[in-house]
Amino acid sequence: MELLLAMLVPGLMVGVAVYGAVRGVDVYAALVKGAGGGLETLARIVPALVALMTAVSMLRASGALELLAGGLAPVLEKVGLPPELLPLMLVRPVSGSAALGVGAELISAYGPDSRLGRMAAVMLGSTETTFYTVSVYFGAAGISRTRYAIPAALCADLTGFLAAAWAVRLFFPAA
Amino acid sequence: MSMTILWTGMAACALLCGLATGRGEAVAAAAMEGAAGAVELAISMAGVLCLWSGVMEVMRRAGLADRLARALGPVLRLLFPQTAGDRQAMDAAAANISANLLGLGNAATPLGLEAARRMARRSPGVASDSLCMLVVCNTASIQLIPATVASVRSAAGSAAPFDILPAVWLASGLSVGVGVLACKVLARVWRD
Repeated sequence: MELLLAMLVPGLMVGVAVYGAVRGVDVYAALVKGAGGGLETLARIVPALVALMTAVSMLRASGALELLAGGLAPVLEKVGLPPELLPLMLVRPVSGSAALGVGAELISAYGPDSRLGRMAAVMLGSTETTFYTVSVYFGAAGISRTRYAIPAALCADLTGFLAAAWAVRLFFPAA
Repeated sequence: MSMTILWTGMAACALLCGLATGRGEAVAAAAMEGAAGAVELAISMAGVLCLWSGVMEVMRRAGLADRLARALGPVLRLLFPQTAGDRQAMDAAAANISANLLGLGNAATPLGLEAARRMARRSPGVASDSLCMLVVCNTASIQLIPATVASVRSAAGSAAPFDILPAVWLASGLSVGVGVLACKVLARVWRD
């Protein structure tokens, strides 16, 4: 299983390259072009990373994060959510790059292979920027009455957070 | 605006709390370290992010998204029964969802907006059941390979950055499942 997962990414890379080459795609040119696009993506997220990692590491140093976590711990722990990840859950539906900044700070602070670090990563990977997406889609389609779209989307987000915490406990019982 | 409130609130709360607990200097140092750490992290995640963006560009040019979109046809008819008659809206929605699955975010949004505009033609100003479903499918993450998160983990020194994939798939699947279910249930009971 571990080997299978470890080989997934290189396997996909080679698989996609062979598939593309067979279909007559200039694979190398596409790869290099796409990698350049990756730099643009990075340049877009760096400003938010700076802003949010600054704010969260200040919160951590001030002791406010522990205070908040301590205060909310009884409520959040009852449903299986670690209170340390509350800043991530608050920012996630609002801004994607900001959530990445908060998540990256949590992952670095607790360690990427710790339980909290993994939970933060899985939360980032299994949820989306709900309010941004809703406003872009309904704005483009000229919709003013959004009916049940937002409640349904928030149900999905909440499930994503709960399921992320649960799935990490399930797949990494020891860590 | 909401990010303005969140960010300012976080920074002000940290400053006040730090002064109150006598950790003012630590807060000042953390502000500098956080900012410097962000750029260091960005540089160390650049390699994985660029590599995966390259692989995604190959996927796009090889037409993988189109194949996936065709394979998704039957599922989409279940998700958007009212739109099944509108071929172009269905094609755009299928292309949007398959681009999301492959993580082609830049390609997914214009396709999704095209589908949304077509779905909105039948009920101007009011979100139809199909449109609500399309929006919920886009606000839930269905990306199969969360490359950005993996690049953050790799930059932070993870032994196996992709070992979270099964957990991500399970959590995404549950989240999307609940979103779709919520849409189907609310479509029946919602009174406006």
